[in-house]
Amino acid sequence: MNNTLYDKLWKEHLVHTSDSGEALIYIDRHYLHEVTSPQAFEGLRHKKLAPWRLNANVATPDHNVPTIRGKSFTADSIADEVSKIQVVELDKNCHEFNIQQFDIESQEQGIVHVMGPELGFTLPGMTIVCGDSHTSTHGAFGCLAMGIGTSEVEHVLATQCLKISKLKNMQVIFEGQLQAGVTSKDIVLHLIKLIGTAGGTNHAIEFSGSYIDSASMESRMTICNMAIEAGAKVGLVGVDQITCDYVKAHSQLSSEQFELAQNFWKTLRSDEHSIFDKTISIDVGVIKPQVTWGTSPEMTIDFDEKIPVELNVSAEELENFKLAKAYMGLEGAEKLQDLSFNRVFIGSCTNSRIEDLRSAAAAIQGQRVSAKITEAIVVPGSGMVKAQAEAEGLDKIFEDAGFLWRDPGCSMCLGMNPDQLQPYERCASTSNRNFEGRQGNLGRTHLMSPMMAALTAINGTIPDLL
Amino acid sequence: MSNSSIQGVVAPFDRDNIDTDQIIPTEYLKSIKKFGFEDYLFDGWRYLDQGRLGMTPSERSLNTEFILNQPIFNKSTILLTRDNFGCGSSREHAVWALRDFGFRAVIGSSFGDIFYNNCFKNKILPIKISKENINRLFELSTQGPQSFTISLIEQEIKADHDISISFEVDPNQINRIIHNLDDIDITLSNKEYIESFEENRRSERPWIFE
Ligand code: SF4
Repeated sequence: MNNTLYDKLWKEHLVHTSDSGEALIYIDRHYLHEVTSPQAFEGLRHKKLAPWRLNANVATPDHNVPTIRGKSFTADSIADEVSKIQVVELDKNCHEFNIQQFDIESQEQGIVHVMGPELGFTLPGMTIVCGDSHTSTHGAFGCLAMGIGTSEVEHVLATQCLKISKLKNMQVIFEGQLQAGVTSKDIVLHLIKLIGTAGGTNHAIEFSGSYIDSASMESRMTICNMAIEAGAKVGLVGVDQITCDYVKAHSQLSSEQFELAQNFWKTLRSDEHSIFDKTISIDVGVIKPQVTWGTSPEMTIDFDEKIPVELNVSAEELENFKLAKAYMGLEGAEKLQDLSFNRVFIGSCTNSRIEDLRSAAAAIQGQRVSAKITEAIVVPGSGMVKAQAEAEGLDKIFEDAGFLWRDPGCSMCLGMNPDQLQPYERCASTSNRNFEGRQGNLGRTHLMSPMMAALTAINGTIPDLL
Repeated sequence: MSNSSIQGVVAPFDRDNIDTDQIIPTEYLKSIKKFGFEDYLFDGWRYLDQGRLGMTPSERSLNTEFILNQPIFNKSTILLTRDNFGCGSSREHAVWALRDFGFRAVIGSSFGDIFYNNCFKNKILPIKISKENINRLFELSTQGPQSFTISLIEQEIKADHDISISFEVDPNQINRIIHNLDDIDITLSNKEYIESFEENRRSERPWIFE
């Protein structure tokens, strides 16, 4: 057989194809958060419908939650009235419709894409959706996982299915061994630089190659997470022993169920001779740490490379280029090292897992955050990540260096909570989007790895050597 | 208004990669309503100050140079843009804002996948045409404000100087716009397919249902 993993997952979940060729796909897991669900629940209420299969759904508030909470913090303690409404509304909807929620008071609460896998709700071979584009993260488990809009959230709640059209297959092969100081974040930023933010549009990207084969689940999640920044709503990695070991450590399945399931999961790989519509091979051994200079994730360069100048930009891209440069305030800067930073954010569903925090902590142990940095925050992705990091003493390493150690949430990735950039502040960020205003009105975001962000906090600038 | 054609003034946005954070910034995602986003469309470009959910344009400082603040484009129903429009966040609020402002069609050379789907759910027609045709339409727009007529049945854009450009779109999707059909109703009208699929799955892959 010549089926790609994506083709297998598609066939496995195809409920029906209508006479007019429209496909209905069954959804195994549905994650919900407070921002994109209220209008969907309102729709259900209006139609007098109940969720089709209750235990498919798992909810948590993450986008709006403040990251300074401490003990006995409740939804009502949220100072921002409008944020509070959404968190309270999610509570209300989950109670009314009987949906399992890890609420703001729960020990497990976290960014939905960090929390889901570590609580064992993400299992290989599932179809997984969420009203959030970074749902692609779960593709790291050999899942067909994708972001959907609010109307589709309502459709999935009501029918347990999604009407979608089939994507094309794209294969990205990462071969080789990383240089010191290079992480999965650099690999994926490098890919986006190469293929552009529309490079994967209308495709499911499967990541493979010797680098992926040896990468941890955390690294695979970071890469699949940013498939969406490469334009692909689906990112995928085939299932192997690393996947199964992770799931064994995190899922609640009985050992019989696990064994039964594992036999099936191991088939979730592309067949040897499967055909992809597009294939790209990348030698990861030549990749240096990557940092974005502009307002789109494809505006990425090596950390020690010169910032592009107009001369080298095609006429077609010139307008965007000038706008990005002006927005980012790059006048007079030749290299990234010429820029002074104000803030550092280590967190988000891309880089707030234990591996990320370990690598940042190791890079800065025993050093102090530069006096030029107004605030450097570390926001673990979930309650479990936070507890694990504290058990390993990472919180102390960060705090001793002058970082602020926060409670879990999306935080400054998009600044729906109080963690926001002030106009013109420059931020070293481990998140996934450097769009205009993403981290706060007129804020300037440079995306990079946790290690690089941590070192930038110490230096006040991007380090010129690693 | 008939659903089988869209007619009106075209707002040209000569820019690639307009992401959904630009179409509607994060601040306005705090609304739990499905309507009322018109004043926040392209907020960061449309106003000089920073807004909050609930503020009206009269309380804001308008960027008079921004295209949608010019009287002739204020009533636009068709947006003309370039590549990768609506990339980024899945927020359907971006489509709600376009819809509430009065847009009924967006023409571009490519779209973010999730945004593209979200459009149909809200009866906005996203139209993909080649980069050459996009160039032709932008060229036309430099001659002054234009009106296009888009036929959903013939799948064709008609503009001045006898320009007519045809486009392809999923017939099911266009049918739902023309007849104003609801997806959930359609799916549930065949719910026996889902029931039998689910029953099978429960016995073959029981761990999913734990
Ligand atoms: S961390 Fe950022 S990208 Fe991830 S879900 Fe939250 S807001 Fe979205």
